[in-house]
Amino acid sequence: MKVVVPVKQVVVLDDEFELLPDGSGVDPDGIESELNEWDTFSLEAALQLRDAAGDGEVVAITVGDEDAEEGLLAALAKGADRGVRVWHDELQGADALAVARVLAGAVGRESPDLVLCGVQSSDAINSATGIALAGFLSLPHVAVVTGIASDGSALTVERELEGGLVELVRVSLPALLTIQTGINEPRYATLRAIKQARDKPMEVCSPADLGIDSAQLAASIGARRRRLAMPDRGGGAEIIEGSAADVAARIATIVKERMD
Amino acid sequence: MAGILVLAEARRGELRDVSLELITAATELKAKAGGELAVALIDATPERHAARLAAAGVDEVLTVRSPVAQFEPHVSARAVEGLIERLRPTLVLAAHSIDALGFVPAVAATGGRGFLSDVTALGWDDGPVAIRGAYGDKLVAEYDFPGKATTLLLLRAGTFAPAAAGDGGGGARVTEVAIELDGVARTEHGGYREVPAGDVDITKADFLLSIGRGVEEKDNIERFEELARRLGATLSVSRPLVDAGWVPGARQVGQSGKTVKPRVYLALGISGAVQHLAGMRTAETIIAVNTDPEAPIFGVAHYGAVIDMFELADELEQALD
Repeated sequence: MKVVVPVKQVVVLDDEFELLPDGSGVDPDGIESELNEWDTFSLEAALQLRDAAGDGEVVAITVGDEDAEEGLLAALAKGADRGVRVWHDELQGADALAVARVLAGAVGRESPDLVLCGVQSSDAINSATGIALAGFLSLPHVAVVTGIASDGSALTVERELEGGLVELVRVSLPALLTIQTGINEPRYATLRAIKQARDKPMEVCSPADLGIDSAQLAASIGARRRRLAMPDRGGGAEIIEGSAADVAARIATIVKERMD
Repeated sequence: MAGILVLAEARRGELRDVSLELITAATELKAKAGGELAVALIDATPERHAARLAAAGVDEVLTVRSPVAQFEPHVSARAVEGLIERLRPTLVLAAHSIDALGFVPAVAATGGRGFLSDVTALGWDDGPVAIRGAYGDKLVAEYDFPGKATTLLLLRAGTFAPAAAGDGGGGARVTEVAIELDGVARTEHGGYREVPAGDVDITKADFLLSIGRGVEEKDNIERFEELARRLGATLSVSRPLVDAGWVPGARQVGQSGKTVKPRVYLALGISGAVQHLAGMRTAETIIAVNTDPEAPIFGVAHYGAVIDMFELADELEQALD
């Protein structure tokens, strides 16, 4: 079974991050990055399906600059067979739909049996890229999947709904699923595998290489960010200051008052 | 191009509450957007809910009959394409729900339309303007949609007050819209399953001590279970601890778990992802303890403390000894 797994190297704001003075973004000094948590689950699901089928491959694809290669290498170290990174500077600030448009070019030429995306990325939390990608590729799709059983030509999947309800859904291959956390236990890469990841095939290409020109890219963007700001916490929480003992005493008092 | 189309939702024969919240959001924008406010329901028996959807401010209720009994993303996508073609709305408002997330991004993407998910506030500035969280909800961002004939926005549930449901006496027209949907489904419904009930019903507890990722290791959970017991609280958790298999799903608070409304919700080491907040923001008193001063949980808490949950536990235990 050939499974493509789009992955994202996500941004994590450190404790002392600052906005740029013009509100256009965050000061790069306050930014760290890591492989998106959801993508560790979709990758694990892909590896398990490949291994259960006994043949095929897992291809990890990312849209990102050189820093995103770290996420791709992490996927290769965990067991993906090869990686593809697509980038051009005009993708800076691309939204979920524009990323999906680019992914459609890279995923489509692989003709996979299955595409497994994370439900969402931990930084943007759009929950949209995977299903937008399915739209571009005209693939049958199921969102927010917490269980997969395969018979080789079709899948029976569990779809997680609100309030603890699960729906069983059957879908034929090829298909695209978005994968929820908790579906499996993502493996860790061994030190040896981390070293060997650099020897696995990794292709770097641009949207133009995939036949996507600037005009198509611009047309695919769904939203334009005008401004970034610190959230208005309203009245916000009353912050309890002092030592841990002070905080514990105050919390005990509040609880006692409210429970009486 | 004018007007607003609201996509109502039903599941297992019941209209979902968020449908009426979407109508509130739409009526607030209607004067600026111009045109009519239409509410559509795609369902096997959509006419059952037409009267309730004919709330004040709604001009037309559109019923679209689905050939399948349950939600099916490809049927919904095709139906919404048909509705957009018919109405040419400036704005389409849907819920940031599991169902809508399963097809609306595809409709937006393939049509080159405007799109934003998890929207928490709306405005108008020569076109729709939408606000949502950014960088894991630590920041907020404002978006517009220049050049888009139609923009689809998914609104966070619980953000807008629900409109009063229509009582059948309203002035809205009810129109059955015929869209060819036979053979469009590409997935097959295979039944529903409830998460098994656990040994405890956290929705009944007056005092919840809730722990999250900050607990770090499975072996630490027992300590907080014991602390909860000694404080007279019930232990609940955020999603990562259930995902890790450390705690049964019956104890999970949040969108995919339980919605709770205790008198006191004491959250330790929970950052407050939107899905978690959806399940506990209506608690009477929320006390949040987290080492990250920017954690979104402080946005909904009444009291907060920026300290380590283990240090707090040390002190609470000492006071109880």
